[in-house]
Formats: sequence, structure tokens, C-alpha cells
Amino acid sequence: MNRTLYGNLIFELSKKGRKGYSLPQDYDRTHSTAELPEALRRKEAARLPECDELTVVRHYTNLSHNNFGVNDGFYPLGSCTMKYNPVINEEIAAMKAFAGLHPLQPAETCQGALEVYFNLQQSLAELAGLSEFTLNPCAGAHGELTGLMVIRKYHERVLSDSSTSEKVAAGNEPSPQQGGAGKGARTKVLIPDSAHGTNPASAAVCGLEVVEVKSLADGTVDVEHLRQLLEEMGDQVAAMMMTNPNTLGIFEPRVLEITEMVHKAGGLMYYDGANLNALLGECRPGDMGFDVMHINLHKTFSTPHGGGGPGSGPVGVRKGLEQFLPTPRVVLNEEEKQFRVEAPEGALGSVGSFFGNFGVMLKAYAYILSLGRENVKMVGPLATLNANYIKERLRDDYLLPIEGLCKHEVVFDGLVDKSTGVTTMDVAKRLLDYGYHAPTIYFPLLFHESLMIEPTENESKETIDAFIDVMHTIAAEAKSDPELVKTAPHNTPIGRVDDVLAAKHPITTYWKSLEA
Amino acid sequence: MANFEAGLYYSESHEYIRVEGEFGYIGISDYAQHALGNVVYVDMPEVDDEVTAGEEFGAVESVKAASDLISPVSGTVVEVNEALEDEPELLNQDAFANWIIKVQLSDPTELDNLMDVEAYKKHCE
Repeated sequence: MNRTLYGNLIFELSKKGRKGYSLPQDYDRTHSTAELPEALRRKEAARLPECDELTVVRHYTNLSHNNFGVNDGFYPLGSCTMKYNPVINEEIAAMKAFAGLHPLQPAETCQGALEVYFNLQQSLAELAGLSEFTLNPCAGAHGELTGLMVIRKYHERVLSDSSTSEKVAAGNEPSPQQGGAGKGARTKVLIPDSAHGTNPASAAVCGLEVVEVKSLADGTVDVEHLRQLLEEMGDQVAAMMMTNPNTLGIFEPRVLEITEMVHKAGGLMYYDGANLNALLGECRPGDMGFDVMHINLHKTFSTPHGGGGPGSGPVGVRKGLEQFLPTPRVVLNEEEKQFRVEAPEGALGSVGSFFGNFGVMLKAYAYILSLGRENVKMVGPLATLNANYIKERLRDDYLLPIEGLCKHEVVFDGLVDKSTGVTTMDVAKRLLDYGYHAPTIYFPLLFHESLMIEPTENESKETIDAFIDVMHTIAAEAKSDPELVKTAPHNTPIGRVDDVLAAKHPITTYWKSLEA
Repeated sequence: MANFEAGLYYSESHEYIRVEGEFGYIGISDYAQHALGNVVYVDMPEVDDEVTAGEEFGAVESVKAASDLISPVSGTVVEVNEALEDEPELLNQDAFANWIIKVQLSDPTELDNLMDVEAYKKHCE
């Protein structure tokens, strides 16, 4: 393929008057915009590119060749759980009976779809050790926000209940604002400094104040610092957010103590499900004492992501918090054996359109049923075995900052040999030359040269060995020919891009005249 | 390797302050700019804004991360380094020459809570 020609922007390939369609001579053009209000009518023609069909096809085929997905090769992007997306998931989600549904269809005409939604809720609740789930949030961070809103609503209710009992005694109705701001409101969220950036961001969007909890040298939560914070401000703490295993891939050994401490202070525990893959079915957030959590279906439950979605971030709660979950909810009327859509009062209300990304739910449900109860517990141990195998085999060339077993992902702090000046960025770029997607780099922020590898449970020993060999080759190149690594990639359609220029002067629109 | 300049006060969060009379020039250390990598944006307060010791007064964004700027002292902003608006990379070129804000100190005794260069060097190890 002529990648120089077809790699141009579609606007650059445009030639005035060229088109890939023909309309009948008697085509009626009169119904165009006459009915639209004047203000909404276009004053000039849309500047759309004009190309013949074959050029369009080659242009987009060329673009698709520049893509890299799990189906192309090993994709060890730490924290993202880029596991294989089984083809059967796609077949199920594409079934006309599902894909053709309209969200406003009466419930009695789509009982099957509601049953899938309901059953997936139940499966997730069982896997998480919690009481109930909503599947409505559209991705992880949306789930975090929803979960925090549930927590805020819970505290508002607690506060208004306590003031209600006093006020009722005095013969007054409480005002609706009472739970929100006034004295006694819980507005602080404790978040370890190792957390994903979405945690503090979600808390801030929810109108809560972030308080950072320090980590120990081994990357786990500093429980003494937490104790100190709870002593200082325990009665203002709405919740603590935790990822377990944490972003370094380390299981928090004192999690039971932590959840107990926060509960004692009156706060709730939020579990960020980003790293659930390590524990799936084996160890449950509910049993660790968490009250609210989200799950990333697009990570742990094998649905596609990485190209911008769509995701799905179901939120689960322990018993006693179900009433606050967002609406609409799907409930089973046992007597009539009918699934119904309900929007109970006192709930959070809607957090998006309808039920969220239903196609993703179908794929996740297909995945759960494919694995079955007997196999779901294999996911975590296999992912953990793969990560530890990579850890032990790479530690001679890559600096391992934390000893001991990791879970599903391993974090290195760049190359052992820092004298060559080759950075983690260079190693990541060089990996592209060998046909691998780069691992996550410069996260977590606890180390300067973080390189975070998450192999998932899917990969064969041959694939992992080949990756390890390439990582060793790159370490050797860093010594023998550092320039080669520092200027990588060399084999990709586009070489080393200028990150600084892109960040400082991003050009996101194309406005050159199509006439030229 | 990072440079350490003597005669300045340093905070645990890697800001420095160079004190001249009742004023102080606040910036980030060379160690901090190294760790951040290429800086692409500096979010600064405005003149006359109040800053408080231990609290955020702006942020530095690099290709790697965005980090809050924590003020080592309390006081009033009397000048901001406007050159950083167009050329944030000045922080990478010389972090000590390119201060971020100039403040009028409201409580010079706060300087006692900061580190000298030797203590800061140890802190960075």
C-alpha cells in the first residue's frame, strides 16, 4: 500500500467535485431545511471532503493497519487489564434480538434483555460479596463518581435522620439542606498517594475534599498515618477509597484493620475495582469490609477497550445501601415472574441515559457464563503467576523497587544500569519496534522511572518468554548502542513524536480550504 | 544528576524559596524538574493573591504528570514570572534562575520549618 499517499488526512485527499455516489435524476431535494428555524439553518455548505469510494476505502484501511490491539499482539499495559476479548462475546452482543432493541420499549416486550441485566447484577454481587449492583454507569470513573454520590447520599440521610429525631421531638420538620452542608457534614475522602488519578478527581467532582494518605516504602498504606488522620478529622470523613491490590500490584496486608478503623470513625470504605482481576472469585471486596465498589467490565470481564470505549462501570453496595443506587433499576417480580423497570423514591436518580452500555453488559455476561463458577477462580492465580514469572526473569536488567510477591502486575523502576541515560520512555518506544504494545510508564508516581507490566492470564508461556527476551535485548542495546534506543521507534509508521510540542500546541482541527 | 543550590530554603514537596529582605522568590528545585521531565504548562496565581504555607498555589504539568505547587511560606503574591506562560520549559533549563512567584512574607518565622540545602540533599536520597 502507498502509505504516504493514503496516509494523508481525508481532507488532503479531497478533490472538488469528486464523489462516490450518484443520486437519481428525479431525486427530490425540496424537503431539505425549509422546516428548520432560520437560526438553525446552515449559511454555507458543510466543508466535507470529496473523494471517490476506493480512495476512502484505502485511506481507512491504511489507518486500520496503524492500529494495535490485543488481537495483534502482546499488550502488557499495566493497570488496564488488556485481556483477550473472546469472539463469542461479540456474537452474542450482535444478536438482532439484543442489538435491535429500543431503550423506550415497554418492559414486557424485552424480558430477555432485562433478565440478562438482572442476572449480571446478581453474578457481580456474588463475585464481589456485596448485596446489589447497578449496571448503569458507563465506565470506571463514572462508577467512582456514582459510588461517591451514593456515599454522600447515605451520610446526608444519616445526618438528617439524627436531626429528624431531635426536630420531630421539637415539633419541626427538617429542611432539605440540613444533611448537605451544615455542622457535622462528612466532606473528606481519604485516598492513598498511590491511587489512580481518577480517585481524587472523582471525589473533587462529587464536591468532596481529598486528603492524601501516605504509603510506606513497600508501597502499601501507612496505617499509622491513617490512624493519625482519623484522630484529627475522623468525624468529617465520608469515605476512604482503596485499590486492592494497589497500583503497584501489591495486596494490602492490613486491609481488614483499615476497613475497621474507618468504619469505627463513621466513614464508609470504597473499593476501586480497577485491579479486581487479581482476586476474581477468590477474595471478595465485601468480605474485606468494603461498602461500595465499582467494577470495570471492560477490564476484568473481557470487553474491548483501549480505543476509547465503550466501557461499563457497575457499582455495587453492601446491604443497607441499596436504596440509594441510581435509577432506573431492574427488579424481578417473583409472583408474576416478570422483570420490571423501577425508579424508587429516595434513590440517586439517573446517572446517564437509560441503562448504560448494554452491549458491554451482554459481553461481560457471556464471559462469566463461558468461564463458569468452576473456572472463574483460575483468572487471578494465572494472571498473578504470569506477572511474577516476568518479575523474576527481568529483575537482573530492570530495577525491582519492591521485593516479594506481586499480584497481577509488576512495577520496575527503569533499567538497573542508569549510566547509559536510557529512560523508561526509551525502553517503551523501543518495544514498539519489536511489535509489542508498550507497558504503562511513569505510573505509579511513587518511582521516577515506573514501568508497569500486566500480562493478564491469557498469554502463553511462549508469548511471555518472547517478550522477556526482547526486554533483555533492549537492556543490552541500551549498553551497546544507547542512541538506537533513545531515538526509537524506527520501524513504526510514525517515529518518535514530540510530546512537548503536542502538549503545548495541540492542533485538533483541520481548516485548510478544500478548494486548494 | 540534580543540582542543589546553597543559601535557599527547601520544602519536603521540592519547592525552594530565595529570601531577599521581606520578599521571597518561590520555585521548584532542580531535582523536582528532573523528576517531572519536560514541563509543558505552569498554572500560576495572580498578583495580590494570598498564599498559605503548606497549601497549594498552582500546578506544574509535564509530559509525565501534573503536580501541585505547595507554598513553603504564607504571604501575598507581588509578582508572577510571566515568561513561564509562553516558555514553561525554562523550568527545565534552569529551575533556580526561573522562579515562579515572588511573595511578600507575612510570617518569616515559617522559614524555620524549612530545610537548608544539606538537609534537602538528604531528603532527596
